[in-house]
Amino acid sequence: MDFSALRNLISRYCAGEENWVDSRTVYIGHKEPPPGAEAYIPQRFPDNRIVSSKYTFWNFVPKNLFEQFRRIANFYFLIIFLVQLIIDTPTSPITSGLPLFFVITVTAIKQGYEDWLRHKADNSINQCPVHIIQHGKVVRKQSRKLRVGDVVRVKEDETFPCDLILLSSSRDDGTCFVTTASLDGESSHKTYYAVQDTKAFNTEEEVDTLHATIECEQPQPDLYKFVGRINIYLDRDEPIARPLGSENLLLRGATLKNTECIYAVAIYTGMETKMALNYQSKSQKRSAVEKSMNAYLIVYLCILISKALINTVLKYVWQADPNRDEPWYNEKTETERQRHILIRAFTDFLAFMVLFNYIIPVSMYVTVEMQKFLGSYFITWDDEMFDEELGEGALVNTSDLNEELGQVEYVFTDKTGTLTENNMEFIECCVDGHVYVPHAICNGQIMPGAASMDMIDSSPGPGGREHEELFFRALCLCHTVQVKEEETVDGIKRGIHQGKATSVYISSSPDEVALVEGMKRLGFTYLRLKDSHMEIQNRDDEIERFELLEVLNFDSVRRRMSVIVKSSTGEYYLFCKGADSAVFPRVISGKVEQVRARVEHNAVEGLRTLCVAYKKLSPAEYEEVCHQLSSAKLALQDREKKLAEAYDSIERDFILLGATAVEDRLQDKAADTIESLHKAGMKVWVLTGDKMETAAATCYASKLFRRNTQILELTTKRTEEQNLHDVLFDLSRTVLRQHGSMTRETLSGLSNEYHDYGLIIDGATLSAVLKPSQEGSGGNYKEIFLEICRNCSAVLCCRMAPLQKAQIVKLIKASKEHPITLAIGDGANDVSMILEAHVGIGIMGKEGRQAARNSDYAIPKFKHLKKMLLVHGHYYYIRISELVQYFFYKNVCFIFPQFLYQFFCGFSQQPLYDTAYLTLYNISFTSLPILLYSLMEQHINMDILKRDPSLYRDIAKNSLLRWPIFIYWTFLGVFDAVVFFFGAFFLFDNTTFTSNGQMFGNWTFGTLVFTVLVFTVTLKLALDTHYWTWINHFVIWGSLLFYIIFSLLWGGIIWPFLNYQRMYYVFMQMLSSGPAWLSIILLVVVSLLPDVVKKVLCRALWPTTTERIQDSDNLYQSHLSEFTSLSTLHAPHRQQKRPDRQNPAPRRTNWCCICANLLLRNTP
Amino acid sequence: MMASSYSAKEEDGHHPGASGAGGAAANGRKPDNTAFKQQRLPAWQPILTAGTVLPAFFAIGLIFIPIGIGLYVTSNNIKEFEIDYTGTDTSSPCFSCYQNFSWNSTLPCKCSLPFSLDQPFESNVFMYYGLSNFYQNHRRYVKSRDDSHLNGNLYSLTHPSKECEPYAHRDNVPVAPCGAIANSMFNDTMELFFVHPNETRSQIPLKRKGIAWWTDKHVKFRNPGGNGDNLTAAFQGTTYPVNWHKPVYELDADPENNGFINEDFIVWMRTAALPTFRKLYRIIEKKSSMTPTLPSGNYTLEVTYNYPVHSFDGRKRMILSTISWMGGKNPFLGIAYITVGSVCFFLGVVLLLIHHKYGNRSSSPDIAS
Repeated sequence: MDFSALRNLISRYCAGEENWVDSRTVYIGHKEPPPGAEAYIPQRFPDNRIVSSKYTFWNFVPKNLFEQFRRIANFYFLIIFLVQLIIDTPTSPITSGLPLFFVITVTAIKQGYEDWLRHKADNSINQCPVHIIQHGKVVRKQSRKLRVGDVVRVKEDETFPCDLILLSSSRDDGTCFVTTASLDGESSHKTYYAVQDTKAFNTEEEVDTLHATIECEQPQPDLYKFVGRINIYLDRDEPIARPLGSENLLLRGATLKNTECIYAVAIYTGMETKMALNYQSKSQKRSAVEKSMNAYLIVYLCILISKALINTVLKYVWQADPNRDEPWYNEKTETERQRHILIRAFTDFLAFMVLFNYIIPVSMYVTVEMQKFLGSYFITWDDEMFDEELGEGALVNTSDLNEELGQVEYVFTDKTGTLTENNMEFIECCVDGHVYVPHAICNGQIMPGAASMDMIDSSPGPGGREHEELFFRALCLCHTVQVKEEETVDGIKRGIHQGKATSVYISSSPDEVALVEGMKRLGFTYLRLKDSHMEIQNRDDEIERFELLEVLNFDSVRRRMSVIVKSSTGEYYLFCKGADSAVFPRVISGKVEQVRARVEHNAVEGLRTLCVAYKKLSPAEYEEVCHQLSSAKLALQDREKKLAEAYDSIERDFILLGATAVEDRLQDKAADTIESLHKAGMKVWVLTGDKMETAAATCYASKLFRRNTQILELTTKRTEEQNLHDVLFDLSRTVLRQHGSMTRETLSGLSNEYHDYGLIIDGATLSAVLKPSQEGSGGNYKEIFLEICRNCSAVLCCRMAPLQKAQIVKLIKASKEHPITLAIGDGANDVSMILEAHVGIGIMGKEGRQAARNSDYAIPKFKHLKKMLLVHGHYYYIRISELVQYFFYKNVCFIFPQFLYQFFCGFSQQPLYDTAYLTLYNISFTSLPILLYSLMEQHINMDILKRDPSLYRDIAKNSLLRWPIFIYWTFLGVFDAVVFFFGAFFLFDNTTFTSNGQMFGNWTFGTLVFTVLVFTVTLKLALDTHYWTWINHFVIWGSLLFYIIFSLLWGGIIWPFLNYQRMYYVFMQMLSSGPAWLSIILLVVVSLLPDVVKKVLCRALWPTTTERIQDSDNLYQSHLSEFTSLSTLHAPHRQQKRPDRQNPAPRRTNWCCICANLLLRNTP
Repeated sequence: MMASSYSAKEEDGHHPGASGAGGAAANGRKPDNTAFKQQRLPAWQPILTAGTVLPAFFAIGLIFIPIGIGLYVTSNNIKEFEIDYTGTDTSSPCFSCYQNFSWNSTLPCKCSLPFSLDQPFESNVFMYYGLSNFYQNHRRYVKSRDDSHLNGNLYSLTHPSKECEPYAHRDNVPVAPCGAIANSMFNDTMELFFVHPNETRSQIPLKRKGIAWWTDKHVKFRNPGGNGDNLTAAFQGTTYPVNWHKPVYELDADPENNGFINEDFIVWMRTAALPTFRKLYRIIEKKSSMTPTLPSGNYTLEVTYNYPVHSFDGRKRMILSTISWMGGKNPFLGIAYITVGSVCFFLGVVLLLIHHKYGNRSSSPDIAS
């Protein structure tokens, strides 16, 4: 013993760091081991605090500022502001400082608020009470104060506060049941085992006497792996060392079920728990629109710099003549003269930068932020996404991604709780071809075969009745269901009589529960397992007892399970149930054909089917079986293999009894939603931790896989037969061949048979595919895999660990098209993928709110995804893309005339517009219309968007922010700017504008250009608006009116405290001149003309789907309002205007009629 | 002008189930059913199609072309005469003045230019001087003024803004009016003589008031210490700009037109937008309805040549122009209106054809979905 301790010591100190990193020693109850046994080396572990927030109170200001100025745009504006502060520039620093300050503050407030919410959420977790054993007593503590080594008491239905090693349980056998639903999505109950030597410690005092240390590995994220060792010191003897495995480890986030209470010791806490390690750090997500915006920004930055450079160079070329540089009427000051030429040139460059800096609109960022923030309220407010049951509507956690909802190409969805309700229901069973359907409202009454529908063969065979009862008994016996008694035995009986379940069935497989419950409704009730006797209450309320002899457990390779029971009459039966493919080959008699037909029928319906078979065993055979099983179980080597062989030899020569069908209830409208997503051009992947069969059945039910979908399997089962390489190449060949023949078929016009593919892959195979192999062919596999996926309309990934889900998402994200991904899930196991995907959506499910909290958006039900994407996503994308393009456009219009003006003012950086106009242009004259547009615009009615998911394809791939469209907008801006400037130039040139002969100055010139600019830019938006609510009217006309009123006021008085009065009466003087009015109207019309013509021509000649639908909808609605009285319902206030029109002319006979018609309709 | 369709929706009709079961699950988070929150506000949904913009195009065409023609005719009826008196040409009478300019000369250089008007100028005639290649819009120049100084603020009078540098102080005495603009005030004087057929000359009376904006003269520009008689005292402690020959209070004998409120000065202080510009100099008022203001015939322009433009290749002009309701001669506006009107009309025709050809196809309802 001393020797081993010494060795321990030596190894610890000599191995140094590495050992420290690899393992940790936990002292249970913080008790030192007996002296001499081992050196007590306290290690420092983090406390049990979960931190998801980003800032603290102290570091908020510097960290937030740092983060904000890391954004290229903010940094740029800061630089501009500093330049304005330092050098003499044409505009005052306020013009850029004020907006920047505003942006920074608004963003900081928003982020601060969001972080405060996270703090609150963290606190509520960190402060929830836990019970710790200290000195033999239970002490209540806050969860965050839990330390490694504390012994914790957890009661039923409580969630484990950290990762624990189970010491003892209130159950006699030292087991406890746990549901890890919120961790990996499996809602079934799993059994965990207490350490053998400690399971007797059943009270606080006893636990407190425990003297032990645990050595275990440092935390790692794999949920299913754990290696450790517990050393128990009893009476100063040599410590007893026991191995610890994952069956002893209770994970944070899992919930204790069906066990009164347990004692366990904390080994990983806080951010070191496996759940926390499975989280990924919440990184800032950027939407595709923001990326395009940044790209545009760089283009504009280049334009800006080149403009400034051109002007600087031209300035010095032009100034080469000293009489131009410094004519007698305009001399420089002495200090200016003495400045070095290079410094002067550089200052000039900066001054030009400042003059033109408005081309990169600081207000765009504010408007985008506001649009996102305010716009997200429409999601929260949406009544159609409100769930009555939960009493909650959609939640928006990050408003940065609203528009990304309109760009989704891949949808990754969790299965359990997301697609399905995780609620199995027994639908029917079929015995020898007779179909039994338990009546839904059975009220405890038995629905015998006579009353149920009989689909196939109505003549019951001679042994029909016997078979039927055997079938029911088989289902009652062949399972691993446990009964949880909520009341006394008495109560159960009463309960059964009333047809209500007061006892609850619990099983690792929800199917089994459904089956047993289904049997109950058909008259056979499984009561309990007592003294290895299973008790069944049959139809005649008699209790039958069967002795349970052997259970041949389910495994996913065999895909069946069996039990061997001995009836009270002494007969041995072997009952087996399993997947049809696993049972049919082993059947030797029974009505195979009828059953098979029924099974296939049910499978197509999306039901989960199981076949039931049996065989009678003679006592001798039973002995043989027993012998086989026990020898296999005792084998030390290849135990698994030997067991499998034994099972294989036992489970054969069955007599088929029948089949069952169980429905995993899909979420409301899940299939419809998935269909819509498919139609909208999205690829839907199901990622689940569940087993393949279950998942596949769900996929069929939810129409992810259709009847004609050809399923490609990439599973462990297949890769065991063939090596991965071959399987992959096979599959890709299949897919590509199909692809090739498809195109040929479409060419020859014979493509009426459309095949689509569905891929099923499991976690193990996936990790093999993704593993970078030594030969360097790993990348290759990945490519092939992606190639296969690309050609599959639906993919199912089963047996996924949480991090694997994220890996898949990452893989798709990183593939060469860089598609936009969306992940949706409801459990903590989905958190990593929710965080990884471009858009993460949480479902406010039963399995806690982990997913909802970490998501970008949370919705109550899966079906709400449809409206979220097809309506909200579509709208936000349309809105924000117009917002971005329009913002650049209006700033080109704004700044380009200034650039042109430099050619006429000796490149002196003279601003064309007054400072007030420069500052307010983006802040108030043109900001509200676009903001409101970006909140209200609906180019197509909501209902049409929902009805016609294919419209989503119109905006796929960021189609409204592509370069050609951007260039179009930019050129439109440049064109308009040229019209403004040269229009005003030629009108102004060398002539009198007034009827009293007086002349206008440069500020009038600028004001004229600016007025045309404001009107054009606002009216351009008005032309783009498709949805004119009173708010749009108010804001568009209101901001034009505001411009006029402001200008009148700004020029109306001599402003005290201002050192210049250059705008005094300029605007009024301009308005008093006839030609100014005429030129404003002319220039506005000329600027708007090309865009209108382009729009109309494109719509007439190359209409997009959206435009067609708009047209037809419009036509439809106008038909309504013209020819039917329905319109009176729709628009009562329009009705009064109509009676004067007795004979509405038919539409589209000739343009005069249209003209007349329109004029009539629009005249108030 | 656009196809419109009002789709006013009843606020409640679109929330199936909400009204019925809503009461039972009354919850704090239950969103309100207002049309605004559900994005179902009644709205006008116009769509720009060939059919709907057609009338607009024709309307613009039909309105713009007549306006354009009207403008063009009006502009053509305006009489304008322009004479360049810079004296760059050796044959020009002002050549010697142009050549021998010196800042220090005390004797004004005078030259007279004969010209003749072919047509009589009927209504009021406005006399402008025009400068070319003179960058009144240079940034350094534009900002080189002090508006509170010009507004008669006594403190600013003696403490001109630093924007006025280097024209703020002369020998440490504050300059009034300060700044480059004031310093470079145009100071040629022009007189107009009608040469009768019998070679006698009669001077044409030039009105020097009403050439500046009323608001400028009466509000924006004020003499220090009110418009009292004693301007000399008001400007005590200041000196006149370096390029001037006389102090600001000697600009005119009329106290209503002297000092900062001298209209020539105010006109000059309104900086021009472009390097070639004209400024109103004098007005020749029509005296009687019988005789034209300026009958056709020979005239002489007498110029006191004080203003040097040689150094920056500038040009000086004198312009005589009549004015209509739409201002001076400006054919561009009329032509632009006619052009735009025609283009719109033409586009209207093109769109009509397109609409006729494609309209039925693109807007038939069965294409939907």
